[in-house]
Amino acid sequence: MKFDTEVIISLKDGMLNPEASTIEKSLALLNYDVENTNTINIIKFTINCENKKEAELKVEEMCQKLLCNPVIHNYEITINDGV
Amino acid sequence: MTNIADVKVGIIRFPGSNCDRDVYKALELVDAKPEYIYWNNKDLSDMDAIVIPGGFSYGDYLRAGAIAAITPIIDSLKTFAKEGNPILGICNGAQILGEVNLVPGVFIENKNVKFICDTSKLEIKTTRTPFTKLYKKNQKINLPIAHAEGRYYTDDIQKLYDNDQIVLTFADNNPNGSLENITGVCNIEGNVCAMMPHPERAVEELLQSTDGLNFFKGLI
Repeated sequence: MKFDTEVIISLKDGMLNPEASTIEKSLALLNYDVENTNTINIIKFTINCENKKEAELKVEEMCQKLLCNPVIHNYEITINDGV
Repeated sequence: MTNIADVKVGIIRFPGSNCDRDVYKALELVDAKPEYIYWNNKDLSDMDAIVIPGGFSYGDYLRAGAIAAITPIIDSLKTFAKEGNPILGICNGAQILGEVNLVPGVFIENKNVKFICDTSKLEIKTTRTPFTKLYKKNQKINLPIAHAEGRYYTDDIQKLYDNDQIVLTFADNNPNGSLENITGVCNIEGNVCAMMPHPERAVEELLQSTDGLNFFKGLI
């Protein structure tokens, strides 16, 4: 079966995100008053697996091995029901 | 390792490494025997020490050092480290050592979001590594820095102090926003060292400084 997958990767709470603070400062230059700006990476792919459980295990493993660095990142995995 | 001419130092080349030849030259200057090894090589048995040079391995995609961290040579590198052999990661090499957990913490995007190319005054914080043993503790040296992702961060800073794992700090200012001014760290045993500054760019008078030479001389 094929499962459309989305991995959302963000910096852990409280970590400095220079890209986000630069965007926030730039928005201020345009007179937009915003706060709590964040940048988040989304990695999307379709994975071939026997079932959803197997897909979940594999994607979790990918996050640990490559997609994220556990020292600085939180991640959220979304897997659809598969076709 | 008494005779320097017999000390074989492997320089790992990944696609995108670009300080490999500078490191080769620096090792030649201290009369060591440098040799290039490639990311898909698994045999390090012939080597006495390893240097991972700077550059932009795999285009810095995903995170700096993240893709180099899963190449075939890394398993051998971990064994090489466990056996107590010296490993030095410079700049991108330091980012890779952080990614593979051979040193604590990571080097991430600079606080000012800029690529910084400058000379920095640094302080040697420990002399127990093979690379810093010829310096004095708290000695100040000047080395070039050149990076956009050099901000050191760890989630357990106390552990570094408890185990004497801080190797180098910025002495005057903190150009990239590193935690506690740290820009070089080592593993608990002290044989694996990761640093953002470039000692290989300060090894002869022509380069206006020889402050970096002892990092390589220390391999004897």
